[in-house]
Amino acid sequence: MNAFEYAAPRTLDEALAVLREHGDEARVIAGGTALVTMMRQRLVRPSYLVSLREIPGLDRIEAANGGVRIGALVTHREVETSPLVRERIPVLAETFHRVASVRIRHMATVGGALAHADPNQDPPVTLIALGARVEIRGAGGRRELPVELFFRDYYESSLEPGEVVIAVVVPQFPAASGAAYVKFLPRTADDYATVAVAATVSLEADGERCRAARIALGSVGVTPIRAQSAEALMAGQRFGAEMLKAARESVKSAVDPLTDHRGSAAYKREMAAVIAGRALTQAWDAARASARGTR
Amino acid sequence: MSRKIRLTVNGAARALEIPTYRTLLDCLRNDLGLTGSKEGCGVGVCGACTVLLDGKMISSCIALAVSADGHEVTTVEGIAGDERLHPVQQAFIDAGGFQCGICTPGQVVSAKALLDAIPNPTDGEIREWMLGNICRCTGYYKIIESIRTAAQRSRA
Repeated sequence: MNAFEYAAPRTLDEALAVLREHGDEARVIAGGTALVTMMRQRLVRPSYLVSLREIPGLDRIEAANGGVRIGALVTHREVETSPLVRERIPVLAETFHRVASVRIRHMATVGGALAHADPNQDPPVTLIALGARVEIRGAGGRRELPVELFFRDYYESSLEPGEVVIAVVVPQFPAASGAAYVKFLPRTADDYATVAVAATVSLEADGERCRAARIALGSVGVTPIRAQSAEALMAGQRFGAEMLKAARESVKSAVDPLTDHRGSAAYKREMAAVIAGRALTQAWDAARASARGTR
Repeated sequence: MSRKIRLTVNGAARALEIPTYRTLLDCLRNDLGLTGSKEGCGVGVCGACTVLLDGKMISSCIALAVSADGHEVTTVEGIAGDERLHPVQQAFIDAGGFQCGICTPGQVVSAKALLDAIPNPTDGEIREWMLGNICRCTGYYKIIESIRTAAQRSRA
């Protein structure tokens, strides 16, 4: 690893001031699982690290308008085991549960993972399907962005120099709705996905027709991808083989996978459709069960 | 670019001055002489460098020592009592939970953390917790048996 200065400020304002002063030379560190690994591999060589670990208040999971607000320093393990998250948005706890190993989940933080902008990660996929928003602080103040707009390119987020992620806000999960996260993982259980799909389905008052659906995919492009054309096809439809087939075909044209050691682009495109079909089926089943329960 | 840090390592307060780029693993091994924790993959995947930070298992090879300033670290050297091995260590010996031994410190520390968190784990819970500790000798069955044995003895 290269030599660098290290600062561990105790307030966010202090951290933002240090970032402003050092510009491109500085990187933010939280859990360090991504950054230290990249530094060890000499992929990045920052001359200044600003740790957020000593800043109080960024490590909380709070109830917010029926949903949850998760601070940037909350670890993956804390989301996975949070009673509040498990009660309000179980698919989110399940998604964090699927990341790497328990050991890495103890270290990796929610904000750090978002800022890392690796398109193979699990949480962004589900956060997009849930309509979550990222809270960002910079010298100019606070701004919010839907998670789907946060990712710009391969390992590139919408964070401007000097900005940090401070929280992710997940809205209330609607009534008569279901969600699923399906991670296709043919190698080891702690691997990144070959293809991952999160889906949410909300039903009309009749408990049969789709009011709205959201489909997000990971590991099939340079960023996580939302399949809006497939979502639009489902609106107003009843569940059935025809609808599912149309949605699956639409997903294929929404993705743009890279060939790597987990599979060729063509293979991942086919599997994206298969896994999307499974995720939609599970989400729809859960939505029906939810609709029956609420009527 | 060095920095002064304070750690509590296996119960003892340690103050040291280290380069900022020192990983926690290198700090333990080179600055404190605790060579039980091993470097395998160096990227947080294999588990040979597993230590506990404030009681939670982490990969010390991708943790910066400066980030552990003010915290408590437990390594494989710190889990036995004065006279007796930790039940997990004894069970690994009795059930043959290791062969070459390179992964064993990490396996033992992870298994201790598991039994601290879940005193009576199911086989599924053992497998899931331990999946980040790679062993290329045992085929894992003896490791699972060792952990099961340690849990049984702790109950008795």
